[in-house]
Amino acid sequence: MIFSPAPRAIWPLAPIAFALLLAALHAGAGTVARYDFSGPVTEEHFKAVIGKLRCLVCQNETLLDSNAELAQDLRDEVYQLMASGKSDEEVIDFLVARYGDFVLYDPPVKPSTYLLWYGPFALFVIGVVALVVTVRRRTRNPESTLSAEERERAERLLREAGEGDEHP
Amino acid sequence: MSGELGHFALILALCLAVVQATVPLAGSYTGNRTWMSVGPSTATGQFVFLAIAFGALMQGFLADDFSIRYVAENGNTQLPVIYKVSAVWGAHEGSLLLWVLMLSGWGMAVALLSRHLPQVMQARVLSVLGMVAIGFLLFMLFTSNPFERLYPVPAEGRSLNPLLQDPGLAVHPPLLYMGYVGFSVAFAFALAALLGGKLDAAWARWSRPWTTTAWIFLTLGITLGSWWAYNELGWGGWWFWDPVENASFMPWLVGTALIHSLAVTEKRGAFKTWTVLLAIAAFSMSLLGTFLVRSGVLTSVHAFANDPARGVFILAFLSVVVGGSLAIYAWRAPHIRGGGRFDFVSRETFLLANNVLLVVVAALILLGTVFPLIYDALGWGKISVGFPWFNKMFVTFMPFLLLLMGVGPLARWKHHDPADLVRRLRLAFGVSLAIGIAFALPVYQGASALMGLGIGLAAWLLLSLWLAVRDRLKHRRGARAVLRDLTTQGRSFYAMVLAHLGVAVTLIGITLVANLEAERDVRMAPGHTYELAGYGFRFDGVRNVQGPNYLAARGTITVFDGDRQIAVLHPEKRNYGPGTMPMTESGIDVGVTRDLYASLGEDLGGGEWAVRLYYKPFVRWIWAGGILMALGGLLAVSDPRYRVRVRRRSTATAGEALAGGRA
Repeated sequence: MIFSPAPRAIWPLAPIAFALLLAALHAGAGTVARYDFSGPVTEEHFKAVIGKLRCLVCQNETLLDSNAELAQDLRDEVYQLMASGKSDEEVIDFLVARYGDFVLYDPPVKPSTYLLWYGPFALFVIGVVALVVTVRRRTRNPESTLSAEERERAERLLREAGEGDEHP
Repeated sequence: MSGELGHFALILALCLAVVQATVPLAGSYTGNRTWMSVGPSTATGQFVFLAIAFGALMQGFLADDFSIRYVAENGNTQLPVIYKVSAVWGAHEGSLLLWVLMLSGWGMAVALLSRHLPQVMQARVLSVLGMVAIGFLLFMLFTSNPFERLYPVPAEGRSLNPLLQDPGLAVHPPLLYMGYVGFSVAFAFALAALLGGKLDAAWARWSRPWTTTAWIFLTLGITLGSWWAYNELGWGGWWFWDPVENASFMPWLVGTALIHSLAVTEKRGAFKTWTVLLAIAAFSMSLLGTFLVRSGVLTSVHAFANDPARGVFILAFLSVVVGGSLAIYAWRAPHIRGGGRFDFVSRETFLLANNVLLVVVAALILLGTVFPLIYDALGWGKISVGFPWFNKMFVTFMPFLLLLMGVGPLARWKHHDPADLVRRLRLAFGVSLAIGIAFALPVYQGASALMGLGIGLAAWLLLSLWLAVRDRLKHRRGARAVLRDLTTQGRSFYAMVLAHLGVAVTLIGITLVANLEAERDVRMAPGHTYELAGYGFRFDGVRNVQGPNYLAARGTITVFDGDRQIAVLHPEKRNYGPGTMPMTESGIDVGVTRDLYASLGEDLGGGEWAVRLYYKPFVRWIWAGGILMALGGLLAVSDPRYRVRVRRRSTATAGEALAGGRA
């Protein structure tokens, strides 16, 4: 992951719906220090799993970062499941069955999310095709579509405005 | 009293905006100079009245006038003065007031600084800005009035959200808004030019410095926001692809495309209609961003229904702005003919490809941001689209852009022999490929394919930039000529170098911190030392400290490198009183190559605390790159060629002929 699964984000438009925020935010770090990682569950593994799960009552926070009570309960639950030897998929399937796809930060690929997953590639292809078509048309363009009179007027304007050098 | 004064000033500003939106525009079509000259004075007057309104609200906060509902909801007698000031833009109504104040500020700047423009052009630009102001002022007066009174008057205010009680956050929204609102000037220039039916190099030159200035503010605003999140939220994160972050990043991407496209329009007369579309898109993205965040629709579609007046107004306003400008575009654009020809391998092609990629990335971020809304609206249930999705998409498409960024500056306008370009770049490409592979090899901890990709691309950017600079020096024959470039009208090349260097620096920071950072949650008792990334963190306990309006648990963590003590960190957990959540204040030892970061978690009893420790290599580079980009923009704007004063008459007539060509 190039970007760290950093929690709760910046607030470019600082002040939205703070009432919602207050519901469950920022009690602080150190949320997993209470668990025992000497057994089958390692800290890294546990964090990797809960770092991609959403705290259901918070405003856009992972289970790893949230200090909401419900997040604590869910963390306990995930820890228990992992400690009982369940695989990551089993843990995730269990949570999805109970709370729906909303709990996953990484949405599943299925027909209703095809637009989400493949849309960007379609956009990219459209963009590239448009680019190629435009450039091809331009390479066949006549030298300039300015009329002699327009060109003269534009040049005069630019001269008067004080023409600099040729770099953008 | 100040409340009524502010309210009245808002209404007067609206009246002036109506005059500004109509009279100069009508004058520009009838050729009535007196009508056109109404533009600058109304723009200035509007700014004055909005400044009065803004001052009145600030006075409300400073005087703890809780009879104003907004002050009662966001102010408090205990707030330090700086936060009483920043509380003015701490919530919905006040930040809208800041928005329009800035809009009118930009309008006044256009009125004062563009006297050299043809009067017709200036009149139309100011009229378009006036129309935007009308929209916002109506929105405020009818749905979000910051001066609404409250009765009975409470004895104490509810106070500013503690999250916002930080110097970084006091400056962050104004910077960001300056950027958002600044794109309204680019938008106004584009519409004014469209109305005149003539888009030419002169128009591009006029609007370039304005667009770049807006972009600088937006760049700084985003950078500062990221830095604030890192400092203040206590989780060591600097970007989470949160909708509010995306709302600022989308206009930035489109604005970046616009800056590049304007360069082509100015230099080569090409891409005119595309540039106009981008100007419209950048401003629409700013509006969409403001409103997406404002309306609360992002948290839940139902929030929209809770306050239907605002929601309906926002939708109507957006459709008028976007629909109206696209209609004008559709009406005028077919009459605009493109610029000259260019070959497949030419700077034009690379810049166009850059534009396509930036727009695709902005569009996919928009898709990811609104997809949960669409999903919910279609009745498919609730879904989250979070950082894993955004990271995957971003990492898939951005490398293309970065590859092109290496080639673009070296390519010549119109035509560049492909063989020559390959010859010049093959060594740089080979070296960066080798560097990339070296960083991807699993011979040391943290190496990964993504690490190799990031560092390889950064090397590619740096090497190709170096080639471009070397070419320039050869071309210019010596330092004295470069100095002359910088003192006269040749700053843009160096501005580009600086800004692109910023991208490389940010890329290095992102790659290294994402791949090499270390983080540990530990339970610590006083005297206990924990080793992380070669540093020893000794916990020296927690004591209580009284702040101006909070009570803090203040930890002391001494950091050792071997036996040498190198830093003492003081992470805090602040309690701002009843009704608020405790806030974390991280303790950070700042360094060029690494930050050491600690934040306090829960009190586990018996003097033991949960503590989160981080080792963040090169994290400062992310923001240093942002600052470099902004400096590049500043250098570009400072180019004297944008400020050449010409005899107004002659340009006015020539320009009028152009601007009014089809009128």
